[in-house]
Amino acid sequence: MGLKQRLVPYWLLGPGLLWLVLFFLVPMYFMGELALRSGTLTTGFTFDWAWANFPDSLSGHAEQIVRSFFYAGTATVLALLISYPLAYAIAFRAGRFKLLLLFAVIAPFFTTYLIRTIAWKTILSDSSPVVSVLQTLSLVPPDGRVLATSGAVIAGLTYNFLPFMVLPLYANLERLDLRLIEAAKDLYSSSHTAFLRVTLPLTMPGIVAGVLLTFIPAFGDYINALVLGGTQQAMIGNVIQSLYLTQRDYPEAAALSFLMMALILAIVVVYIRFAGTGAFMGDEEEAT
Amino acid sequence: MAGLSRGWKWLRRNALPIYACLAVAYMLIPIVVIAVFSFGATPKGKLTFGLDHGFTTEYWSSAFSLPDLNEALMTSLRLAALSTAISTAIGTMMALALVRHRFHGRRAANLLIVIPMATPEVVIGASLLSMFIYYSFALGFTTLLIAHVMFSISFVVVVVRSRLIGFDRHLEEAAADLGATPFATFRTVTLPLLAPGILAAALLAFALSIDDFVISNFNSGTTVTFPLYVFGVALRGIPVQVNVLATMLFALIAVAVCLVLWQQRRAERMAAVRPEREAAPIPAPAS
Repeated sequence: MGLKQRLVPYWLLGPGLLWLVLFFLVPMYFMGELALRSGTLTTGFTFDWAWANFPDSLSGHAEQIVRSFFYAGTATVLALLISYPLAYAIAFRAGRFKLLLLFAVIAPFFTTYLIRTIAWKTILSDSSPVVSVLQTLSLVPPDGRVLATSGAVIAGLTYNFLPFMVLPLYANLERLDLRLIEAAKDLYSSSHTAFLRVTLPLTMPGIVAGVLLTFIPAFGDYINALVLGGTQQAMIGNVIQSLYLTQRDYPEAAALSFLMMALILAIVVVYIRFAGTGAFMGDEEEAT
Repeated sequence: MAGLSRGWKWLRRNALPIYACLAVAYMLIPIVVIAVFSFGATPKGKLTFGLDHGFTTEYWSSAFSLPDLNEALMTSLRLAALSTAISTAIGTMMALALVRHRFHGRRAANLLIVIPMATPEVVIGASLLSMFIYYSFALGFTTLLIAHVMFSISFVVVVVRSRLIGFDRHLEEAAADLGATPFATFRTVTLPLLAPGILAAALLAFALSIDDFVISNFNSGTTVTFPLYVFGVALRGIPVQVNVLATMLFALIAVAVCLVLWQQRRAERMAAVRPEREAAPIPAPAS
């Protein structure tokens, strides 16, 4: 192969990689640099290796960090419980309605995220029938409300990231070799055991991918807490957002989001070491 | 009693499809709410939490009567169109390189494409803003475009790539055997076969751009997109026209998705015929 031929992939990749390096990697560097500055908006921020910004940003916001883990974790578990049977039904029981169901699963994406969440605010508002039903069932105290509670934020997170859970699960289940389940049943396994010992382990890659794709955006989210929560439901994303855009305490904001990035990166790198980039890319070619 | 147990049996057998329908209904609830409330009459023209005032088509006929909202929507459409064009072009090229070529640094390239998808939007927005602050770069349409192209590229690569992996290269070889130049082969064979994948990717990039609030909020300066407009007026009351436009956008994208799906299925059906033909016995040469 000639030199010209060998350079082809680099020419093809060039513009895209350049864009990602300049506007994804390089900004990360500047965020780290900003995190090591000190000062105020009026005096200006000077670079002086202010490592203390990192522990400071954590200690000041321990409450929101713990809450983010709790909300995102709960939402991820709920999304998994809701999505698995749905993905299973779409993969094996939907017949000719398969495409229609998949279409419905991604349909929420066709409306603006913010407007969708505001619609939930309408649904869960104090005078809505949903809330009175919950009150009748004593799930909510008679004079209680749903909005501005942890429950509302978790429900919003669960709803908004559900497609991210359903799609990888579906992709995994769809490829499942049904003969393996038949084999288990031929060997006198009950449906229950066959599911636990064959189906579930084989769909573990889909579960892990779905959990990551749901947990990561939910952890960093601030729209749901902003629209559906009150002041007591602020998550780490809300803190970063308000430090950057309202208080303009850039170093602390940068330190906090840098730490968040480091955490997410650690999770993703561990995952990729085990599963390859394939699961994120929608195929298993890279999975080795 | 017998009827009851039969009913129970039926329920058990169909529990999964019934559950799927309920779950899908749940997915669609907010969309229905948005559409229904776009017809809700309210005294001040702002969204309320009830439908006590009955229904009206007033806001549909005055959908484009709010100059600020129109401007925000136009900005969003322009931004989405540009960012879709750029990200689809460079993303498709990247997908071609990754599937068709083996080269040094392939793993690193893959990683650089995957990680942005797994990064929380807040972090992407914050890091870009950090860089723009460092260079005192004026925030506005340009910074929005940079950001939107950036977060769309990875998704374009993933979609086009999945299409390329199932690609039958015999067709390209056939074109080359028939004397087509590499460029002519690309233009007349590769591109048309890839078209559904590229179209799907473009649609996704468009939807991502129109939808984005978090990253835009960090990098917009005084430029206002559709989601930023909604956020800005949320405290004072959202005009009902927002729901009208959101419903229109939904319908537009839904129709586009249906067209892409239909085209993809047609392409698949065409591709699916081929193996049978290949398997057919080759007629013995008449000699």
